[in-house]
Amino acid sequence: MITIPYTTALTTYFSYGLLFAFGQIRDFFRKIFDWFSTNGLQGYAPICLGLEDFYVRRLYLRIQDCFGRPIASAPDAWIDVVERYSNDYNKTLKRTSNTTRCLNLGSYNYLGFAASDEFCTPRVIDSLNQYSPSTCSSRVDGGTTVLHTALDESVARFVGKPAAIVFGMGYVTNSAILPVLIGKKGLIVSDSLNHNSIVKGAQGSGATVRVFQHNTPSHLEEVLREQITKGQPRTHRPWKKIIVVVEGIYSMEGELCKLPEIIAVCKKYKAYVYLDEAHSIGAVGKTGRGVCELLGVDTADVDIMMGTFTKSFGSCGGYIASSKEVIQYLKYTCPAHLYGTSISPPAAQQILSAIKVILGEDGSCRGAQKLAQIRENSNFFRSELIKMGFEVLGDNDSPVMPIMLYNPAKIPAFSRECLKQNVAIVTVAFPATPLLLARARICISAAHTKEDLTKALEVISRVGDLVGVKYFPAEPNKKEWQEKHVEGRAKLE
Amino acid sequence: MASTTLGIMRSVLDWASVTLDAPLARAVVFGVPIGGHYVVESLLGVAIIFLLLQKSYNPPKQPLTEKEVDELCDEWHPEPLIPPITEDMIYEPPVLESAAGPHVVINDKDIVNFASANYLGLIGHKKLMESCTAALEKYGVGSCGPRGFYGTIDVHLDCEDRISKFLGTPDSILYSYGLSTTFSAIPAFCKKGDIIVVDEGVHWGIQNGLHLSRSTVVYFKHNDMKSLENALEKITRENKRASKKRRYIVVEALYQNSGQIAPLDVIIKLKEKYRFRVLLDESNSFGVLGGSGRGLTEHYKIPVEKIDIITASMGHSLVTDGGFCTGNARVVDHQRLSSSGYVFSASLPPYLATAAITAIGILEENPNLITKLKKNVAFLWQGLANIEGLSIVSDPLSPLIFLKLTNSTGSFNKDLKLLKTIADRVLKEDSVLVVTSKRSIVDRCNFPAGLRVFISAAHSEYDLLKACESLKRVSASVLTGIN
Repeated sequence: MITIPYTTALTTYFSYGLLFAFGQIRDFFRKIFDWFSTNGLQGYAPICLGLEDFYVRRLYLRIQDCFGRPIASAPDAWIDVVERYSNDYNKTLKRTSNTTRCLNLGSYNYLGFAASDEFCTPRVIDSLNQYSPSTCSSRVDGGTTVLHTALDESVARFVGKPAAIVFGMGYVTNSAILPVLIGKKGLIVSDSLNHNSIVKGAQGSGATVRVFQHNTPSHLEEVLREQITKGQPRTHRPWKKIIVVVEGIYSMEGELCKLPEIIAVCKKYKAYVYLDEAHSIGAVGKTGRGVCELLGVDTADVDIMMGTFTKSFGSCGGYIASSKEVIQYLKYTCPAHLYGTSISPPAAQQILSAIKVILGEDGSCRGAQKLAQIRENSNFFRSELIKMGFEVLGDNDSPVMPIMLYNPAKIPAFSRECLKQNVAIVTVAFPATPLLLARARICISAAHTKEDLTKALEVISRVGDLVGVKYFPAEPNKKEWQEKHVEGRAKLE
Repeated sequence: MASTTLGIMRSVLDWASVTLDAPLARAVVFGVPIGGHYVVESLLGVAIIFLLLQKSYNPPKQPLTEKEVDELCDEWHPEPLIPPITEDMIYEPPVLESAAGPHVVINDKDIVNFASANYLGLIGHKKLMESCTAALEKYGVGSCGPRGFYGTIDVHLDCEDRISKFLGTPDSILYSYGLSTTFSAIPAFCKKGDIIVVDEGVHWGIQNGLHLSRSTVVYFKHNDMKSLENALEKITRENKRASKKRRYIVVEALYQNSGQIAPLDVIIKLKEKYRFRVLLDESNSFGVLGGSGRGLTEHYKIPVEKIDIITASMGHSLVTDGGFCTGNARVVDHQRLSSSGYVFSASLPPYLATAAITAIGILEENPNLITKLKKNVAFLWQGLANIEGLSIVSDPLSPLIFLKLTNSTGSFNKDLKLLKTIADRVLKEDSVLVVTSKRSIVDRCNFPAGLRVFISAAHSEYDLLKACESLKRVSASVLTGIN
């Protein structure tokens, strides 16, 4: 739940209204021009109908230089951002050969495994030489190498489940597993802010989907009670099964899942728990084992644990960890396992080695240091940002911290100003967030040094003043201000 | 008799009207003389208003009490998360101890590998390994972010340019996994109400894309152009609003489920006649068909612009991972913000993009790889042409040879069991790895089970001969008792 000041809500609506109006005027003239220039596609409906791509054409393209900035280096603490220019008012961007060295606050490089690593990289290159970049085959045919079986076991051991299965892409893991686990007569109860891959997986499964308020166990209980008493739509037969899907850390909010409470509710109503740890595995918990470890939840209470290796492990792919039987069943029937190319062997080796480092099995204590570092970095950075008066979402210990921007004009302003001062920050707008709730998102890494963070804070503070996104006053008179202004905000979910 | 009754009635009516008229007889209100019927009408009006004001009949609402809800919740028992594991479900694939090249090591034994779609034999290619190593050293393994958020590495853009340049298309877009390419691209172009005509033999990635798009999906018989034409004709004729909707034909160039090749020349004719767009999946044909490996369009000598959207997985002939979609700039740009598998997923590891660039380079420099592959395919095809008990389903040009039982037992699982016995014995007795087709419960394709043999340009004539002889011998011995 985000509370937005009334004046900000008003100006944000006004800005979008203005952009919409100008867009419509431009569209009108475009139509007139198009009418004169006949195109050869008569008889075909246009690729985008009506207002489908209005947002892209009239809003996104104007600020597209803030997104998808190419880099010419590993996504480490410092990156080389490639400069781009445009000759047609931002419609197309062309690369130049110039790069700028920027501090990276955008990549999900939580543990700093993105760059070459003294332990991982030599092993990865060995694996490349031994196994080639690809197996060109699915896991069930000729795509299982010794590395793959070792990885399955290693992941299961790491997350604390009896068995695991690894896929070549995180997105596919969610969207191909849900259809196998549940079908037409089942119910998926999903957090309102779940990732798109879960949404697509739920749609693909054909099961009924109900949404509960983001991270609110009491509403989850309400939904479960209502659904169990009502049963399936139209036939009113009881549901075959109910799966509750939540994420460990919500990537756009930086919030930790209220897992213990949610599990208690699920246990009471016999619903299965599906936990997506894409952002939390490896990043939080004393030994990096994710939210279960951080919040003191027994992994036996989570029926299906999903996670990805793109973030903390600096690789690619995703996993499902569960009981031996469930994994056996998935191996028999999951389309991503049967038809998808198995995960690239060097990427598999990267995960194996990263897990070894995290667990301290490489013979050093770098893993523990990294984990301590990211925790310290995140908490330091978050508290400093809050002190400066930014509206920061999320919980302590979470390495993801969004700074609310709201107004559409502040998105490019914030992003471009930071880049000018050599800090690369991700700004997020629709479709990844609701239209009104545009934000900048900072991802902290264990690879950041104290100097990096201090520099970043200075820049962000300066830009924050310039752009006007310090919605709270700075620390000393904060309390007083809060008491005064607490009614002046509209609640938005 | 009748007249008396009528008389009585008339007098009764007269009496009634006189009585009713009486109170207001000759009354004039605001200069309007008022007759007795107004009394009746106003009485009726009052009655109607009275009835309208009455509450309509509502069955009494009896909301469940908290206790009853508790009881219902207690009574509800879910099914187990998964059905019980049966023996059929247990399958352990062979575990390779080496790269998946033409020869692999399994259990310390040298095996000829016919299970990897390493069509051009690029696995282990020196140039490829060098470029990958350099990329790993420079960029690390993962990209640690989606394309929008600093996950775009310069090699991704280079790779997109390279693919476009190779195929002669204006632009292309990279996906981080082959399987996700189609099921992200299709929903980006088709929404509810749009029409997709699709071959019934398409692979699961496409099926899932069709499902997620929520469009109206019409299937036509596998590779049957008559059936396609009927479907198109029927849609155009029956649906008057069809011309306002987006219409697509979705086909695979070389079907993963059957090894058949789509007759693109006919499809193009039909597409132009009925004004449909074409989405062509070149996953298995890219790098294989056509004189220089540019796929089905080159094979049929059709200009690539005629195909609106081409998708392909790079996990086959390019020996890397990921997929791409290529077409005109509008098609590609549209996906950059509306294709969920592109927007919401971490990008392709940079070394795999480098591998794709290098692989295309190798392919362009060595057209003899394709000649060699074609020779190998022809050789094995001929060798297996009159194999006992099995028949070839796939096209003579397909490097994915698909063998089904000539006399099916009638059940997919039984067929599969037989074929699995053959595959197991071929592996055990002659050290040749061939695989059976697998089918997920969510896959709607209902083709018969088959043996799949992936041929590579790197296979020697001796390898092929060995596979032929082994398959012939084992299938004869397994199937003689049954047929």
